[in-house]
Amino acid sequence: MTEVEAVDSHESHLIERIRAGDRGLFHELIRPYERSVYLLAYSVLHSPEDAEEVAQETMLRAFTHLNQLRADVKFKRWLLTIAINEARMRRRKDRKHLYESLDAVQDRAPEGEFMPREIADWRDIPSKALESKELRRAVDRALMRLPPIYHEVFLLRDVQHLSVEETAQTLGLTAAAVKTRMHRARLQMREELSPFFKKRWIDRLPFRKGKNPW
Amino acid sequence: MVSCHEVLRELSNYIDRDVDPRLRAEIEAHLAQCRRCSMVLDTTRKMLYIVGDDRVFEVPAGFSQRLHAALAKGIGA
Repeated sequence: MTEVEAVDSHESHLIERIRAGDRGLFHELIRPYERSVYLLAYSVLHSPEDAEEVAQETMLRAFTHLNQLRADVKFKRWLLTIAINEARMRRRKDRKHLYESLDAVQDRAPEGEFMPREIADWRDIPSKALESKELRRAVDRALMRLPPIYHEVFLLRDVQHLSVEETAQTLGLTAAAVKTRMHRARLQMREELSPFFKKRWIDRLPFRKGKNPW
Repeated sequence: MVSCHEVLRELSNYIDRDVDPRLRAEIEAHLAQCRRCSMVLDTTRKMLYIVGDDRVFEVPAGFSQRLHAALAKGIGA
């Protein structure tokens, strides 16, 4: 049995037992997906407080509707679909409905017209640097500048590592739409992050390779 | 030979190995002699490496505890 099959089989077993009345096991069932649900809600709402509330609502909704989960649908995808719907519903209730019209316009923008402005090479990024607050803030700022429809796709595909098909199914899009949005999201993210990561001219000077001369 | 424009249009598919072998070879030939395009490709890959790392995105402190407390109340278990 592969690792994925083992997880699936463990989940099916948990779901069966929860349906049979062992409610407490629901905590265990959702634990691996808490972070994904939160980040997806955050991608739509751009607010940590709202995203947290939506994550809670999503889990409660998943619990009450667990009987509706079909055997041929993965729990993770089903849960993320609930999360995206809950988050979008909340966004519509808020003043943020303005986003929708803006998204529609941007999605119709002609393809292939984007030309990168930032061409400089980036610094090498040591693994340890990924824990720095400064880096996290830079990535978060860049993400916040993505239009929500790109943000959702980017988050599922490039942050959560879902396949194109899984991303399409979760968001109710065609695979082609996912690829288009993902492409634009990637180019924009690269562009937004370039000022933060690009090599400064001083890093390219040979004496920087060794000890500082001063 | 494909142009910079075409390479950029296919960049994302190229990264995902979602282009047919002939186009792939043409893109590679272009990248071998175009510093700008190869730099855009390289920095896009670096960006993907950064955002794909679990440590980069955090949930708020205490998120999981609050979630399970709310859940326990909601489902009565």
